[in-house]
Amino acid sequence: MQEHATSDTYYVPPPSIWPLVGSVALLALASGFALLLNKFSAGPYLMALGMGILLIMLFGWFGTVIHESLAGKYSDQVDTSFRWGMAWFIFSEVAFFSGFFGALFYSRIIAMPMLADAQLLWPDFHAIWPSAGPGLKIVLTPVDAWGIPALNTLILLSSGATVTWAHWGLQKGRQFQLKLGLALTILLGVLFISLQVHEYGEAAFSIRDGIYGATFYMLTGFHGFHVMLGAVMLSVIFFRAVAGHFTAERHFAFEAVAWYWHFVDVIWLLLFIFVYWL
Amino acid sequence: MYTAADPADAHAHDHAPSGFMRWVSSTNHKDIGTLYLWFSLFMFFFAGALAMLIRAELFQPGLQFFQPAFFNQLTTMHGLIMIFGAIMPSLVGFANWQVPLMIGAPDMAFPRLNNWSFWLLPAAGTLLISSFFVPGGAIAGGWTMYPPLFIQGGIAYDMSILSLHILGISSIMGAINIITTILNMRAPGMTLMKMPLFVWTWLITAFLLIAVMPVLACAITMLLTDRHFGTHFFDAAGGGDPVMFQHLFWFFGHPEVYIMILPAFGIVSTIIPTFARKPLFGYVSMVYAVASIAFLSFIVWAHHMFATGMPLGGQLFFMYTTMLIAIPTGVKVFNWVATLWRGSITFETPMLFALAFVFLFAIGGFSGLVLALVPVDIQLQDTYYVVAHFHYVLFSGSAMSIMGGIYYWLPKWTGHMYDEKLGKIHFWLTTIAFNITFFPMHFLGLAGMPRRIPDYALQFADFNMIASLGGFLLGASQLLFLYNVIQCVRGGAPAGNRPWEGADTLEWTQSSPPPYHSFVTPPIVK
Repeated sequence: MQEHATSDTYYVPPPSIWPLVGSVALLALASGFALLLNKFSAGPYLMALGMGILLIMLFGWFGTVIHESLAGKYSDQVDTSFRWGMAWFIFSEVAFFSGFFGALFYSRIIAMPMLADAQLLWPDFHAIWPSAGPGLKIVLTPVDAWGIPALNTLILLSSGATVTWAHWGLQKGRQFQLKLGLALTILLGVLFISLQVHEYGEAAFSIRDGIYGATFYMLTGFHGFHVMLGAVMLSVIFFRAVAGHFTAERHFAFEAVAWYWHFVDVIWLLLFIFVYWL
Repeated sequence: MYTAADPADAHAHDHAPSGFMRWVSSTNHKDIGTLYLWFSLFMFFFAGALAMLIRAELFQPGLQFFQPAFFNQLTTMHGLIMIFGAIMPSLVGFANWQVPLMIGAPDMAFPRLNNWSFWLLPAAGTLLISSFFVPGGAIAGGWTMYPPLFIQGGIAYDMSILSLHILGISSIMGAINIITTILNMRAPGMTLMKMPLFVWTWLITAFLLIAVMPVLACAITMLLTDRHFGTHFFDAAGGGDPVMFQHLFWFFGHPEVYIMILPAFGIVSTIIPTFARKPLFGYVSMVYAVASIAFLSFIVWAHHMFATGMPLGGQLFFMYTTMLIAIPTGVKVFNWVATLWRGSITFETPMLFALAFVFLFAIGGFSGLVLALVPVDIQLQDTYYVVAHFHYVLFSGSAMSIMGGIYYWLPKWTGHMYDEKLGKIHFWLTTIAFNITFFPMHFLGLAGMPRRIPDYALQFADFNMIASLGGFLLGASQLLFLYNVIQCVRGGAPAGNRPWEGADTLEWTQSSPPPYHSFVTPPIVK
């Protein structure tokens, strides 16, 4: 009824200790963070320990994957798995950000007018965005969308272009274009983060200033964190490109990071429109 | 037929490691599936023990054993651990064991990631359970974690939030693994519409997990920042809204209940055709029904919040969408019954569980329809009627189909038959005790007894005593299950490749237990 196909076998890796190391790291990080939040002195040390273990795990695990990749253990089918895996991972990130965007829209469109309607509680409160809410008595000066944020939009969009240019270089075997494109992308990413840090420093409100401050810093903060992560990933790809790990045909690691970078880019556009501009 | 003696297989992989390292560093879907199942069984007994304490306290009116604060910790942790520690991991355990075997894949798509998904669970479980022993005790605001109550507690609240973050990471990675395995690793010829229904239900469940676990992560991150970083997401004074948490939570929470029931549907849809010795009736409509239920699960969330308050238009919308779910669910129940029609049915233990599932889950579905009606729901909100409803869908729905699935595949996994007589005794005790425990709760709820209270008015005493007695019997019966499983793992009559003559999915072409690496070269499905 069934017969053997003669295709390549799917690579099933040998036993690995890294997942367990990663779990220990996350347990230490989470326990340390809980202690830190509740002012136990052991908290920061436990977190540092967890972070250290996590870094060792990341180096070990990704190192193993790179070794296996270079040894040619990944068939086309494994490559397709990586593509599906990365696509679904990005989908989960989309879901993560839509939660925070949902909170922003809910606060502005539903909660704000309802609070303004509560005449008995807060007769002077009007639903005008940006708002720190009826109870805090804070007048907010929002960040001007057409200052640093517009510049950052330009920077991030350009970085999307440079990473694509690097990809063209890789596909056409132009190593210099690949490395230059990656370096430019990383540079633009770092520039974006620096400007974002500067903007945080200049901003006239904090995360404690009502719902506007909360949604602003939560959305831009998580986005900034993702840009940082993307920049680190791009740097790894840069060093791998320098080491000549990629061929014109097989370079999914590069593509995965490029996908991620474009995703971060799209999130920024939404942030620019809904957090800074409108 | 597939044989493990293919010389290419012997050299393709390292041989099975042994001892401690076999389990902690495993990249084998069968070993990891086994780990998931044992972990969930442990958590099932732990959270079950909490339920025993709850029923002991409620045996009689008045405070019997515990202070109210501790009682609230019991109900909260019982719910949280049963959902995240027992039911979800056991279903992932089934997916690990069965999905590769049923689609003819050599393993999961990402074997190392698979191991991490599992080993995050003990880490998260340690954090969660140890929160019982910190100052202030465990979380006590209900598994739904509503603010403002949840913002006010001690360190246990942070531990639980972070534990849920780790559980979420585990779930998302597990789901990405399962969805990739199903999309990319099916044997040649295994088209999507030839997949066993269990695989279909997990494909859709994995999608739900990836879509909604991040939303839970959002909501509890906001709780954490409201607790410690001065944000006002859920504080009206700062322009936030505690009701927003409920929206976010239930946007996760309602798909979550389908995450717990859809794979159970898959198990039942596998067991019933086997023992009716007929193909599943209406396979295509079953697939569409599961997909419809998954879609609808995204637009019904606020039916958990009718009593919280919302505009009339919102109430009508969520009431109608909720009632719409009865249609695809009805299609499924109809198909299960139609599969039985004129079948040559035998009543082995898995079949008994599957049949009880159809009957009892239908009761839970009907009480769900009752609760979908806004005026009725406002009356019944937070009463024991709701407790009865979700135990009919979660215990006699999810948990009992999981037990049925365990009995069904245990011969395949261990190579031994379980004790059929003991299995049947376990089934009947469980079914009877379950109904003694939870059926009276419908009456308690209709009469107005609120849930999550350690003490109650005298008129509720009789039904509570009956429920407690049923509960103790239900708890004790599960020891039979544990004994039967352990005995089956240790030995028993050889199962043979295909102990159930009506079973026709790919796993039954393998030996029992299957070789450590099965389907290293894929079979060709005609």
